[in-house]
Amino acid sequence: MALQTMSLSGRKKEVSNKKMTFLERLYLWTIIKGMMITIGHLFTRKVTIKYPEQVRERSKVYRGQHLLKRDEQGRENCTACGLCALSCPAEAITMTASERKPSEKHLYREEKYASVYEINMLRCIFCGLCEEACPKDAIYLTESKVLVPSQYDREDFIFGKDKLVMPLTEAMKNAQLKNAN
Amino acid sequence: MDTAIIIEKSVLIVAVFALTMLMAMYATLAERKVAAWLQDRIGPNRAGKGGILQPLADGLKLFSKEEFLPDTPNKFLFVAGPAISMSVALMTSAVIPWGDKLEIAGRTVIMQATDIDVALLYVFGVLSVGVYGIMIGAWASNNKFSLMSAMRASSQMISYEVAMGLSIIALLMMTGTLSLREIAAQQSGMNWNVFYQPVGFLIFLVCSFAETNRTPFDLAECEAELIGGYHTEYSSMRMGFYLFAEYASMFISSTILAVLYFGAYNYPGMQWAVENWGVNVANIIGFLALFAKLCFFIFFYMWVRWTIPRFRYDQLMRLGWQMLIPLAIANIFVTAICILWSDGNLF
Ligand code: SF4
Ligand code: SF4
Repeated sequence: MALQTMSLSGRKKEVSNKKMTFLERLYLWTIIKGMMITIGHLFTRKVTIKYPEQVRERSKVYRGQHLLKRDEQGRENCTACGLCALSCPAEAITMTASERKPSEKHLYREEKYASVYEINMLRCIFCGLCEEACPKDAIYLTESKVLVPSQYDREDFIFGKDKLVMPLTEAMKNAQLKNAN
Repeated sequence: MDTAIIIEKSVLIVAVFALTMLMAMYATLAERKVAAWLQDRIGPNRAGKGGILQPLADGLKLFSKEEFLPDTPNKFLFVAGPAISMSVALMTSAVIPWGDKLEIAGRTVIMQATDIDVALLYVFGVLSVGVYGIMIGAWASNNKFSLMSAMRASSQMISYEVAMGLSIIALLMMTGTLSLREIAAQQSGMNWNVFYQPVGFLIFLVCSFAETNRTPFDLAECEAELIGGYHTEYSSMRMGFYLFAEYASMFISSTILAVLYFGAYNYPGMQWAVENWGVNVANIIGFLALFAKLCFFIFFYMWVRWTIPRFRYDQLMRLGWQMLIPLAIANIFVTAICILWSDGNLF
């Protein structure tokens, strides 16, 4: 086979410069044919997902918004070791560590805790590496279907502990479930 | 002239005006909807139920934009451009027969704003003035690209007007009148002109596309070559007027197509309806029939727009001068021979 006509991809097409037939040169017939195609599309089912009302089905391994866990006694797991921040490829996590006071024993499981824990949701790529790095089972990505909602200020995308820490009621529910089993 | 006639005509004119505006408004929505449907999308559906308030939202948006006046020596013409376009688009609707007649309180009301016996000539005259709106606006913009766009638009309109006029001549030879009202009346029953003048209809249809500057003849508007079009320098409601005028003239030309070739307000069984249900009911149905026909043509305009690409400029000119005009002239000859033959005057 000559080199010029060889097709490596198998998709090569010869350009044809054939003369148009009379019917094609009239345009009319071809236009009518085209219009028949488009009118067919008028009646096809639309594939659009109307977003806020309908949500696209997510994959089984989908993980969204983070959760800072509490243990069964309602204490925060996180010890502010900073491993999550270190492992984060997007450098989304920052925190400030504090020492637990004796009176706060019921609030924090470890002697050191994160007084500030912030994730910048504009940076986060939901890779889950923070979850993997955590030695205290403290941070998890949840199955929450709510994506980060749009805001007017950048500050609103930095989620602090108020948004990240698991609610107490849920911790209690978990404890009850565990006791029941 | 007594007051009754003045009142009657004013009501008619206001009604026709309102109808044209309303249709132009909703044609913008329809266009977007049809485009979306033909492309397997849904289209605007957020403003109101199913997007029914979208035209209002669009209008509001245009109104709230800054009214920008470019550095042009011709401020007056700049403002006059869109006004001419708009008023010309609206003026044509005055001679359209929306129905035969109504009987209200013992008076016979003709469902037509004005019945002049050169209505067809009037339509053509007004249509040709439409070019000025575009041309003046673009020229006063003091922008080369706008001017180029206007040149395209006007040379295309003028070229296609010739073919359009010639295609109408064949129709005139058949009907023997220039009055739209009489042309409409002659098509009662199923005597629609399209059955007698299929070629003429085709030419007229193609020329209407060119006259209203719609795809495949929408070369006047082109982002890639001309930045925008003749309205590049316009903003706010002046821009809105140009866009609105386009839809208004689409509505009018659909109506004229329906009146000239598709039997106007006539529908099969109209005679029977007049006898059994009375003149009023029959004519209101007639109006609805005309409305349905013109809606079909508006849809047709959109359907074509979202199906085929535009012509190249030389293709457009060749189509106009080398195909449509000879075809229209041939059509006149064939029509003439047929008329003579059916009268028994041939040979
Ligand atoms: S999910 Fe990934 S990107 Fe997001 S905070 Fe955790 S480690 Fe960083
Ligand atoms: S969440 Fe886990 S890894 Fe991150 S600081 Fe707290 S304990 Fe350490």
